[in-house]
Amino acid sequence: MSTSLHLAVENEVWAALGTVLDPELDEPITDLDFVESCTVSADGVATVGLRLPTFFCAPNFSFLMVADAYDAVSAVDGVTSADVTLADHHASAEINGGVAAQAGFVGSFAGSDQGEAVAELDELRTQFFRKAALAGQDRVARPLVDAGVGPDELAVMNLGAVPPSADLTRMRERRAALGLPHDDDAPLLLHGDGSRVSTAQVPLHLRRARLQRVGIETNGEFCKSLLQTRYAATAP
Amino acid sequence: MYEKDGEKYFIVDSHIHFWDASRENWKPGREEFAKGWIDCFYGYHQLGPPETHWDYEKYLKVTPEDFERDIFIEGHVDHAIFQSTYLLDWYTNGFNTIDQNSALLEKWGDRLIVNGRFDPREGDAGLKQLEVDARRFNLKGVKVYTAEWYEGSRGWRLDSPEAYRFLEKCQELGIKNIHAHKGPTIWPLDKDAFSVSDIDAAATDHPGLNFIVEHAAIPRIEDFCFMAVQEPNVYAGLSVVIGGLMHARPKFFAKVMGELMFWVGEDKMTFGGDYNIWVPKWQVEGFVDWQMPDDDAFTDYAKLTTATKKKILGLNAARLYDIPVPAEMQLETTAGETGAPGHELVDGTAGAQA
Repeated sequence: MSTSLHLAVENEVWAALGTVLDPELDEPITDLDFVESCTVSADGVATVGLRLPTFFCAPNFSFLMVADAYDAVSAVDGVTSADVTLADHHASAEINGGVAAQAGFVGSFAGSDQGEAVAELDELRTQFFRKAALAGQDRVARPLVDAGVGPDELAVMNLGAVPPSADLTRMRERRAALGLPHDDDAPLLLHGDGSRVSTAQVPLHLRRARLQRVGIETNGEFCKSLLQTRYAATAP
Repeated sequence: MYEKDGEKYFIVDSHIHFWDASRENWKPGREEFAKGWIDCFYGYHQLGPPETHWDYEKYLKVTPEDFERDIFIEGHVDHAIFQSTYLLDWYTNGFNTIDQNSALLEKWGDRLIVNGRFDPREGDAGLKQLEVDARRFNLKGVKVYTAEWYEGSRGWRLDSPEAYRFLEKCQELGIKNIHAHKGPTIWPLDKDAFSVSDIDAAATDHPGLNFIVEHAAIPRIEDFCFMAVQEPNVYAGLSVVIGGLMHARPKFFAKVMGELMFWVGEDKMTFGGDYNIWVPKWQVEGFVDWQMPDDDAFTDYAKLTTATKKKILGLNAARLYDIPVPAEMQLETTAGETGAPGHELVDGTAGAQA
C-alpha cells in the first residue's frame, strides 16, 4: 500500500475506534484515552492496544469494548485483519483470546477461573443505553429550564422544537438503539417505557435525569483520574 | 474532636482498615491478584492532596504507631470503626481480618469498634463463626463484600435465602448495622456487577437492620439514591466520596453531595475516611471548610449547615453504634429511627425536601 493510502487507512481505523463506546460511561474509548496504541502494517494488519483504569474493571464492559473495537476496525476498507488486545487486566487472557476467536462472551469465559457467563451482553448494553437516554434528557432540557421554560411547556415539547446540538443528536441515537421515539415528533421528556411525562411529573423526572447524568459523569471522572494515575509514567 | 471557628465536631470515622498487603502475605500463585487489588487502592490514594501521598512500600502495611498518629493524634477521630475485608483467596493471612484489627483493641479498645463480617457461602460453619465473633467483640455491625471470591464462586447476593439466614442471625445477636460494599467481580459475569437491587429487597425485608451502603454505591449512585429515597433504613456511607472526589474532582464532589442531600438527606449519611487509602486529617478539615459553590450550576442544591456537617462527621454514626456523645456536641438526628417504606417519596418530590 502507498504511503498516502496507508495514512488514510490509519486515520480511518482511528475514526472507527471513535465509534466504540465505553458502555458504562457512554463516551468513545478514544476520548477516554483507552487506546494505548494503534498501527496498520503495510499489508493492512491493524494492531490496536487498549488499556483501562484498573486491573479489576468489570470484565463484561471490558469485553464489550474489545469486541466492539475488533468489529469496528475489521470493517475499515483496507484492513486485512485486526489484532485488538487489552493489557494489564485480570481477565486479559480470556477477553483477548475470546475476541480473536470470535467466541462471544459466554464462549470466552467458558471454563475460566475468572468466572462464568450465562448469557451474551445485549441486555447489559441495553440497560446502559437506558441510563444514557435518561441522562441525555438532562443534557438537552437543562438549558431550556435555565432559560425559564416551565413544566407545562416541557411536558408537551417535542424534539423538533429543541435547538440542534451534539447532546440532542446523541440522545436521539440512544433512543433509536432502544427502539424509543426519537424523531422530531418524539416528546422531549420520556419515561423509560416510551410514554410522555405529565406536567405534574416534570420536576421529579428532571431530578432523576440530572441524578442519572451526575452518576454517569462522576464515574467518568473517577475513571479518568485513575487512568491518569495508573499510566502517569507513560503519559505524553 | 475537631474544633474550628468555635464549633466542636465529634468525629466518628465509620470506615477504616488496618490491612496487610505486604509481599509476604501475597498468596503463592495469586500474587497477580493480591498486587492488582492493592495497586487499585494505591490509585485511589493518589486522588488525595499530593502532600498526603505515601511511598508504595509504606502503603502496603502500616505500623500500629502509624495508625495511632494518623487516626487519633493527627486525624481528629474520636471513635473509629474497623471494617473487615478478608480476601483469603489472594492474601495468605487475609487482607484485613477481624483478628488483625482486634490486635489494636488492647491499646485503643475504648475508641475502636471492630465490625465483623459474614459470607453466606460458608453456610453453617459461617453462622457459628458469626456467633463466636459477636460474643467475643460485642459486634454491632458487620461488613459484607458481595464481590468476594470464594472457592469456585465469584460473588453472592444479599437477597438470597442463604444471606437471609445470616441477616436473621444478625438481628438475633444484636448486630444492627450492615455495611454493604459492592465490588466489580460477581457471578454471573453478564449481569451488572454493581447492581444494588439485592440491597433494596434485603432492606425492605429487614426493617430492624440499618444498611449502610459504602461509597454511596458509586458507580451506581443513581440506583442507590432511587432506592434510598424509598427505604428508611438505607444509609449512604461517604467513604471514597469525600476521599476520592473532594480534592481530585471538586465540582463533581459538589454535585454528588447535592444529590445525596436531596435524595438521602443529612441524617442518613456517615463519614468514612477509608484509612489507609487516605488519612482522615485532610478529609475532616476539608469537609468542615467545604461549602456548596455559589455558581449557577449549583443553585438547586442545598447549602450545608454546621449542623449538617456535625451529623455527617460523627453524630449519625454515633447514633447507629450507641456511642456516647458529650452533651455540648450532641444534636438531634433521625439516624437509627425506623420509618415507613416510601414515606420520603411523596407527590413528585423526594428525600429530605419532601
